[in-house]
Amino acid sequence: MLEKALVGGRGYWRWILALGVVIALGLVSYLRQFAFGLGITGLSRDVTWGLYIAQFTFLVGVAASAVMVVLPYYLHNFKMFGKLTILGEFLAISAVTMCMLFIFVDMGQPTRVLNVMLYPTPHSLMFWDMVSLSGYLVLNVVISHVTLAAERNSVPPPRWIKPVIILSIPWAVSIHTVTAFLYSGLAARPFWMTAILAPRFLASAFSAGPALLILFCLVLRRVTRFDAGREPIQRLAIIVTYAMLINVFFVLMELFTALYSNIPEDVEHFTFLFVGLEGNTTLVPWMWASAVLSVVALVLLVNPRTRHDERTLAAACVAVFLGLWIEKGLGLIIAGFEPSPLGAVTAYTPTVPEISITLGIYAFGLLLITLLYKIALSVRGETAA
Amino acid sequence: MGQDRRGFLKLAGLAAVCATARESLTRLAGAAGTEPRPSAKAPKVRWAMVVDPRRCLEQQNCTACIDACDHAHNVPAFTNPRHEVKWIWKTRFDEAFPDQDSRYIDPALTSEAVLALCNHCDNPPCVRVCPTQATWKRDDGIVAMDWHRCIGCRYCMAACPYGSRSFNWEDPRPHIAHENPDFPTRTKGVVEKCTFCDERIDRGELPACVVACKEKALVFGDLNDPDSEVRRLLRTRFALRRRAGLGTQPEVFYLV
Amino acid sequence: MRDRGRIVTGLAVFVAVALAPVWQAALHGAARRPEPKIVTTAKQCVEPTAAMRRDHMDLLYAWRDTVVRRGQRTYLAADGKTVTMSLTGTCMKCHPNKKEFCDACHNYLAVSPYCWECHIEPKEKS
Repeated sequence: MLEKALVGGRGYWRWILALGVVIALGLVSYLRQFAFGLGITGLSRDVTWGLYIAQFTFLVGVAASAVMVVLPYYLHNFKMFGKLTILGEFLAISAVTMCMLFIFVDMGQPTRVLNVMLYPTPHSLMFWDMVSLSGYLVLNVVISHVTLAAERNSVPPPRWIKPVIILSIPWAVSIHTVTAFLYSGLAARPFWMTAILAPRFLASAFSAGPALLILFCLVLRRVTRFDAGREPIQRLAIIVTYAMLINVFFVLMELFTALYSNIPEDVEHFTFLFVGLEGNTTLVPWMWASAVLSVVALVLLVNPRTRHDERTLAAACVAVFLGLWIEKGLGLIIAGFEPSPLGAVTAYTPTVPEISITLGIYAFGLLLITLLYKIALSVRGETAA
Repeated sequence: MGQDRRGFLKLAGLAAVCATARESLTRLAGAAGTEPRPSAKAPKVRWAMVVDPRRCLEQQNCTACIDACDHAHNVPAFTNPRHEVKWIWKTRFDEAFPDQDSRYIDPALTSEAVLALCNHCDNPPCVRVCPTQATWKRDDGIVAMDWHRCIGCRYCMAACPYGSRSFNWEDPRPHIAHENPDFPTRTKGVVEKCTFCDERIDRGELPACVVACKEKALVFGDLNDPDSEVRRLLRTRFALRRRAGLGTQPEVFYLV
Repeated sequence: MRDRGRIVTGLAVFVAVALAPVWQAALHGAARRPEPKIVTTAKQCVEPTAAMRRDHMDLLYAWRDTVVRRGQRTYLAADGKTVTMSLTGTCMKCHPNKKEFCDACHNYLAVSPYCWECHIEPKEKS
């Protein structure tokens, strides 16, 4: 089945080559980081996590969102998503792989990372995150492989795969819940210590992930013969709309609780994000951009006319994805450290090597998803012929 | 033909996984075997420190305790404040005690005046979150570090409400002026902090900072011994603990 | 089997690369197996020499875990003697010639224990 990824037209190979270049640049930067240490990044003793961990957090959501196509299809027999499930599962595989890479590049002693398995520590959430992420990866690899192989051979998938697929649904919820618990259980970080963090993570995941899937479907329709169909995309758009509404609602609840209670250590993090604190305004333009993008996205999504038009829908999906990327992939992690528990605001700006490593991992994820989609669509082409 | 190749590749992959799995399982079993168990006859000691900021302030520019600690433990002196490594250091009153209103306090206290160090909490959040038990609470209450095991994930730094943990953002060796050959340095990519001088305590000595302080502003002792100096001080004087409301139970006390 | 030529060439390249150490040794002459040079006044190490040769890394790991994780610093050797468990304080006091004692074999075997990234090696005239 893998050989399908080795046959392709000119455009295909150009795209692969371009990704390869970005990956190579990232790899070179990583080797520099490996030799020098994490001091090559913009991180500091007060802002100890940054771009890497934030991308990890964001991508866990993208990975978990596969459940939004798998659940309707398998639990509610929603046939329309039949063609999409494999795309969702492959998106999950590539997102989880990126998550693991982002964790890996954030380690000070990467060669010792298997100590997490050598000395299993159930009282650490990081241990459970490793368990749930690797389990989710295995589940999706097995499910997508078995169902695609069955499709290729024009036979129904084996019966044992059904319970595995059902298991993957709560498992998807678990990966993002456990990831939220990484943060929400820390008394030292009031910004994260909120019971709504896990539900908020899920809401943002279930809007950003399907939005990305819609964009992928639209791209695939242009560059390949695969057509997801108008109706499934519209159904996905409704999922994006509801999830985005819930996400914005949750964020407003966080704002109300912090601002109305007026407890300084709760307010300061939001001040840092939206106004700036002690003269540090690094994230202010980003956060307002995120707010504007979210509002624009909601207007385009809630309005049936703009939602039904695939061009404005695409714009809405881009706005959802970017808005949530800023909120989760920048704001959420960095603001947890600003101010520090001792009240210090330390400037954090990602450095060039840090950004290069981040882009390299994203390119790797895109490469993975390109190859996987290529395989899936080639198999489909085969069965159709 | 294609089917055969697929089958072969699958089998080869599975074999590779099994081969490595066996090795890691043996290692796992071996590692579990060598894991030290707390000895049954552990002494019921609970080490703690009492800081007297007034005595400390009598020598405004004194850094004897800091220097002694830095030298004893090869603490690197990074000039870049973002990469600073701190075991015991002086800080502002409002940073040390953010939940105490310091508006009308003696101005002498609002400058860099309060000694801060790891609180060796009885309920340490750093220990709770560490995924490899590279930091853990010893039977005598010291929150210890195993620099051989730390993977540098910095979760403990996110969890510590006191900023007591530092990370080696780069190789610390070039930043140590005078190496003490009897104590290791650290390597890049691990977290470090004050260890209450566990290496000295195990030899029956007092922590280096306590010995170095001529003003006797630092008192070290056993909280479980009602006749100890720390208990006597805590009985007769009122003491603060940093951010006591978080429930971490710091075991470094500040006399008022 | 029109791929025969390519397959055979590929296999030949693989075999040549895999056997690199063998033909390297044939070309340059095999490196001589080093002997650690022992310069010490002590009659015996903490355990018999044969055991030390075979298991010194296991012993060091056991010392490391006992000292760091259990806070116990005295080692009871098989012959009843007690020593302080310390790499720099005990081992290297007897074997200050790290280059000839540790590195000679470690380099030969291409292993690089990370001890000296943190522990300070004894001063040596190079």
